[in-house]
Amino acid sequence: MIQVFAFYLFAALTVLSAVLVITARNPVHSVLWLILAFFNAAGLMVLVGAEFIAALLVIVYVGAVAVLFLFVVMMLNIDFAELRTGFVKNFPLGIAIALVLLAELVLGIGAYQVGVMELGSASGTAAPIMGRSNVENIGAVLYRDYLFLFEAAGLILLVAMVGAIVLTHRQRPDGARGHQDIGKQVRRRPEDATVMTQPAVGEGIEL
Amino acid sequence: MTSVAHLIKSFTLWEFVKAHALTLKYFFKPKVTLNYPFEKNPLSPRFRGEHALRRYPNGEERCIACKLCEAVCPAQAITIESEPRDDGSRRTTRYDIDMTKCIYCGFCQEACPVDAVVEGPNFEYATETREELLYDKAKLLANGDKWERAIAANLEADAPYR
Amino acid sequence: MTETFQSWGMSYEWAWGLATISGILLIALPLMLAVAMIIYVDRKVWAAINLRRGPNVVGPFGLLQSFADGLKVFLQETIIPSAANKGIFILAPIVTFTVALAAWAVVPFSSTAVLADINVGLLYILAISSLSVYGIVMAGWASNSKYPFFSAMRAAAQMISYEVAIGFILICVVLFAGTYNLNDIVRAQEGFGFGLINAYVIHPLLFPMWVMFFISSLAETQRVPFDLTEAESELVAGYQTEYSSMSFALFWLGEYANILLMCVLNAILFFGGWLPPLNIDLIPWFDIPGIVWLLLKTFFFFFMFSWVMATVPRYRYDQLMRLGWKVFLPISLGFVVVISGYLMATGHYGAAA
Repeated sequence: MIQVFAFYLFAALTVLSAVLVITARNPVHSVLWLILAFFNAAGLMVLVGAEFIAALLVIVYVGAVAVLFLFVVMMLNIDFAELRTGFVKNFPLGIAIALVLLAELVLGIGAYQVGVMELGSASGTAAPIMGRSNVENIGAVLYRDYLFLFEAAGLILLVAMVGAIVLTHRQRPDGARGHQDIGKQVRRRPEDATVMTQPAVGEGIEL
Repeated sequence: MTSVAHLIKSFTLWEFVKAHALTLKYFFKPKVTLNYPFEKNPLSPRFRGEHALRRYPNGEERCIACKLCEAVCPAQAITIESEPRDDGSRRTTRYDIDMTKCIYCGFCQEACPVDAVVEGPNFEYATETREELLYDKAKLLANGDKWERAIAANLEADAPYR
Repeated sequence: MTETFQSWGMSYEWAWGLATISGILLIALPLMLAVAMIIYVDRKVWAAINLRRGPNVVGPFGLLQSFADGLKVFLQETIIPSAANKGIFILAPIVTFTVALAAWAVVPFSSTAVLADINVGLLYILAISSLSVYGIVMAGWASNSKYPFFSAMRAAAQMISYEVAIGFILICVVLFAGTYNLNDIVRAQEGFGFGLINAYVIHPLLFPMWVMFFISSLAETQRVPFDLTEAESELVAGYQTEYSSMSFALFWLGEYANILLMCVLNAILFFGGWLPPLNIDLIPWFDIPGIVWLLLKTFFFFFMFSWVMATVPRYRYDQLMRLGWKVFLPISLGFVVVISGYLMATGHYGAAA
């Protein structure tokens, strides 16, 4: 009973906030609705028993990605009215993409319903180890069955990260404005910065 | 060599540990602050606190409305009006000090030829409204009556140095 | 507790619901009390190190100071700036406070006293603590004011940065314990050190992890060396600048509930949680309820938090980021590798599969 109630609550909230993401006038509101959608999706994951995925969804998407979204949207102060100007022109393209996605969904679900694919069953490609927790199952799939693919995906992400850093990182030459040598700053002692002198009266200090 | 020592120091957080040992030592030291409302510091006889108008021992008010304090007051906090009393002596009919303007410089008590206006030792006269800080003559005389003994003692203690 | 309610003739659903709600109240209400007292302790410790007395007027030894402050704040007017984004402005403190309380659901106070003994307890805590940035970001943005906005920006970057390091440190603990369940992590520490000491921290590979976890938890809760988000001398009060009355109080309660949570996590993950510190029966050592040990350890860590606050000055923002990304992240990542290698080599997980 309570599961059914929770499912409809989460599902309704997910759909509702997803709709509000694209209808909200204020981009920051959009991001906040998106976060709510993520969060409710995590709730749905918990309901189907995938608590590890749910936790990851919250940690990665809500905790990191959406924060960056919010960060960027707040910082840039984007004028979304301006971005909407091309709406009519791009409408057919958008519809086309939506139709493709819909067709894929229908195909996927249809194929699953027909029973051609065996998902998550004992004979399937990613059979769950029964009686083990979620975490162990996912670990087994990622690090045993699909180790190579997983590592390849990781490598691609690493390359992307290195690329992003190379593109944005600017080494300021020594002496340039804004140049910092943190090691030097940390190594600085009081003796390096101050000199104690005892000049005689009327003599002054030679700087 | 020093850089190696420095590396070891920074990775063992040596300076943080030292700092925390120091603060822990201070944690157990006796407190240096007074338990204020129950304990108070001794005040100098020259302490310049709340104003008061004094009287002579026979009850006659000292102020002769010379208006020197009003003239010298750098914050222009003092307002005085005067007229001859029935017995012909010159007295104030109005002696107001705006305590919100006053900067407690003590010029008024320095200027006073008869030691009438003084800044007493009282500093605990916070009020809840601004209006209560606009002192009139009655309030100042009442202060004088209330603090006379302390004020007289302070003036006497300070007299040799004037 | 569910069984008790069932024995009174309730259906399972009702009994479960009632048991959960009473469990929540049983945790949340003492937590609020603890937060009030911990604010007092914070001020007292800080004052003592500054050779001051701290609050000592309201009630015996000033114990009721926090309640007096709470009452004062409660009676104030709630001010909403006219240029603020009203909905989000009101929502932000509620989010902060709710999230701060939500994480307590999985904290094991003793071997049985835990509201939700779930398998992924540690991940749940990580997830919830990653949410706590939202209250701050929302508050900073909705206030429509410069200083809160700067504060929100800083908070977003800071909390993401340190969560990464915390994640790796937690993985080290999980590698040793072999579980994400907090209760099982505590149990795994029983007799960890030569069958004598119930704490992970004595392991030479885990001790540096604990130091980093402690520092990261300071950063995660925006305590003093890392309180860039509410740096008084730079940002007035940061994201709280425009808040007053109860909404301000909710921020405070949420902040201190988070601090307490981090103290509890330090105790649970590295210092044996509700286990007594030594695994030998000195005095009636095992008869003392586990919650007492946990609270003592938590209090000790809170004292350390206050101690640090009274000792070190605030970091510069670029230094904060450097520490997170260039020091903690590589070191913790390296330790994950070293620790998993060590555990495989010593046969912790049996022979390599």
